[in-house]
Amino acid sequence: MLKITDLHARVEDKEILRGINLEVNAGEVHAIMGPNGSGKSTLAAVIAGKEEFEVTQGSVELEGENLEDTAPEERAHKGIFLSFQYPVEIPGVTVTNFMRTAINESRKAKGLEDMPANEMLKLIREKSELLEIDRKFLSRSLNEGFSGGEKKRNEIFQMAILEPKLAILDETDSGLDIDALRIVANGVNKLKSKKNAVIVITHYQRLLEYIVPDFVHVLHNGKIVKSGGKDLALELEEKGYDWLKNEVVV
Amino acid sequence: MAFENNVDIDHPVHDVRTEAIRNFENKGFPSKKEEAWKYTSLNSLQKVDFSIFPKEFNALEYKDVKKYFLHEIDTYKIVFIDGMYSSYLSETTHDGVDICLMSSALTKPMYKQIIDVYFNKVASRDDSLTTLNTAFSREGAYIYIPKNKMPKKPVEIIHFATGNETALLLQPRNLIIVEENAELQVIERHQSLTTNEVLTNSVTEIYAAKSAILDYYKVQNDLGSASLIDNTYINQKSKSAVSVHTFSFGGKLTRNNLNFFQNGEYIDSTLKGVTILGEKQLVDHHTLVHHIEPNCESHQDYKGIYGENSTGVFNGKIIVDKIAQKTNAFQQNNNILISDKATINTKPQLEIFADDVKCSHGCTIGQLDEEALFYLQSRGIPKKEARALLMYAFANNVLQSVRIPELKTRINKLIANKLGVRLGFEL
Repeated sequence: MLKITDLHARVEDKEILRGINLEVNAGEVHAIMGPNGSGKSTLAAVIAGKEEFEVTQGSVELEGENLEDTAPEERAHKGIFLSFQYPVEIPGVTVTNFMRTAINESRKAKGLEDMPANEMLKLIREKSELLEIDRKFLSRSLNEGFSGGEKKRNEIFQMAILEPKLAILDETDSGLDIDALRIVANGVNKLKSKKNAVIVITHYQRLLEYIVPDFVHVLHNGKIVKSGGKDLALELEEKGYDWLKNEVVV
Repeated sequence: MAFENNVDIDHPVHDVRTEAIRNFENKGFPSKKEEAWKYTSLNSLQKVDFSIFPKEFNALEYKDVKKYFLHEIDTYKIVFIDGMYSSYLSETTHDGVDICLMSSALTKPMYKQIIDVYFNKVASRDDSLTTLNTAFSREGAYIYIPKNKMPKKPVEIIHFATGNETALLLQPRNLIIVEENAELQVIERHQSLTTNEVLTNSVTEIYAAKSAILDYYKVQNDLGSASLIDNTYINQKSKSAVSVHTFSFGGKLTRNNLNFFQNGEYIDSTLKGVTILGEKQLVDHHTLVHHIEPNCESHQDYKGIYGENSTGVFNGKIIVDKIAQKTNAFQQNNNILISDKATINTKPQLEIFADDVKCSHGCTIGQLDEEALFYLQSRGIPKKEARALLMYAFANNVLQSVRIPELKTRINKLIANKLGVRLGFEL
C-alpha cells in the first residue's frame, strides 16, 4: 500500500530524513519508535504532504502512485490520514460542521454529491459512540478548550469518519490517561481491517500493548536503524535507546 | 460648494448651525498633515463635484432592496433614499417610544425640550467633518426610548443611494436617546445601488442614561464607489452598557470615528469590529474611550483581514482621567495580511492619569498559521477553503457578542461571501 524508497527530506537547510525505506501492506500495523529528534514526526508530516518539508531524494508511493507534488488535501482524498500530535483549535467551527466540510470536500473531489444530512448525522452518531464521545461534544468548537485526551479522541473520531486506507498516528498516546488510551486504542482496533493499514508513531511502548504492531522500526538520525517484530518494542522499553545508538555506531 | 444658498435661516437649530459653519470654515477638510488623518487621504474625494441636495425624490421598490434589510425578522425601519426619507419603505412608531425622523424632531414643538438638551451636545464642535454635518445635515433618524421601555423589535436605519446623481454627498444626522433602564438595538447600513460616486458624512449622537442598554451594529458592505465617514459620539451615564459592533467588508474609503464618553460610574463600553478587505479598499478605525469617572470598563476587540491592495488603520485612544480610579480598559487589535501589497497601520494611544487602573492593549500583525492550514488540508479541505475557515475562526470572537441571532447569521454569510467560499454549512 505504502512504499517509501530512499526518502530524504529537509526543512530549510537542515536534513532530517536521510534515506528512509519502508513498505507497509494492507492489513498491517507498523510502529515507528525512536528518541526525540530522530525524525518520527517529520516522516509522518512528509507522508501527509506538509509543504514546509522539501523532499530532496527518494519517493513516497501510495498504491503504486508517486505522491510527489500531491497537495495534502489530495493525499487525504486518496486515503491518507494523519492524527496530529498537537491538533489545531478552530474557534467558531463546531466538530460536526468541520466533519461535514471534510466529508463533502472529499466527496466533491471524487465527483460525488454532498452526503445527505440524515446520513451524515447517522454516521457521526455511530462513530461518536465508538469513541464514547458525548453528544454535546459535537457542537463544541473544534479542539477549543479540549483537554489533551479529548483532542486525541477527537482525532481518532475524525479517522473513524473519514475511513482512511492509511492512518498515521503521531504520538497519539502522549497526554492520555490510561482510560483515554484504552478508548482510543479500542477505536483504532475496531477500525482496523484487511484493507487498511496503520502506522503508529510513539516514544513509548505503552500504546503498543493496546494496538499490537506486526512490525516495529526504530528511527535514529533520520534513518531506520533496526526493524523487528513486536518484541523489539519491549526490548527498547527495557534497555532504552542508548544501546541501539551504540550498536549503530559500531 | 455653495452651501449658503441652501441654508434655511428659520431652522430651529440655526444658531448651532451658524457656529458649525464658522468652525468648518476655519478648519476646512482634514489633511494628511494632521496626526489623526495620517494614513487616510480625503484628497481624491474633495476633487469630486458632489451634488449636495438632490432635487428629485427617487423611489425604490421593496423587492429590489429587500436583501439589504434584516428581513428574516420584524424590525422598525427608518429608510432614506438619496438622503430623503422614504415613508414607503419605513416603519416608524410613536407607540410608547419614538422611532421616527430627525427633521420632525427638530421642527415639532413637542420635541423642543429634548433637542435643546441633547442636539449637538456630545458631538464635537470643532472636528471639521462633524461641524460640516451639523451645519448642513437635513435628515436622519430620531429615536427616543423613555424610562423602563424597550421597543418590541430592533431598529434598522438604512440609507440608499440610487445613483441618479453622478456624485452625491449625504450628511445624515442621527439622535438616539435611551433613558434610564431602557433598552434598544439598532442596525445601521449605508448602501449604494449603482457605481456612481457617493460620499456619506454621517453624525450619530447617542445618549445612554443610567442603567440603559444599547447594542448598535454597523454593517459596512457598500460598493467600491461609496465612501463613508462615520462620526459617532456616545455619552454614557452610570451603570449603562453600550456596545458598538462595526462590520466593514466593503466601500472605497471608510472612516469610523467612534467616541465614547463615560460620564458616570460602573459603565460598560464595548467596541468591536471585523474588517475584511480586498481590492483597493481602505477602512480606518479611530476609536476613543474617555474614562471620566471611577469603576468603569471598556472592551475593544478589532480583527482585520487585509487582501489585495487594501489598507487598514486602527488607532485606539484611551484616556483615563485622574479621578477615574479602578478603571478596566482593554484593547485588542489583531490583523492578518493575506497579500504582500496590503497594509495595516495600527496604533494604541493610551493616556492614563490615574494610578489604580488595569489597562491592557495588544496589536498583532501576522499571516495565517501554516500548521493550522496543514491540519485542515490533511482532512481533505482544499487550501482555499482551509484558509477561509481559519480566517473565519480568527474573526469569530467578535461575532460571539452579536445579540440578534439572525444578524449573526447574516454577518456570517457576508463573511463567507467576502472570503469567496462555500463551506458546505451555514457558518
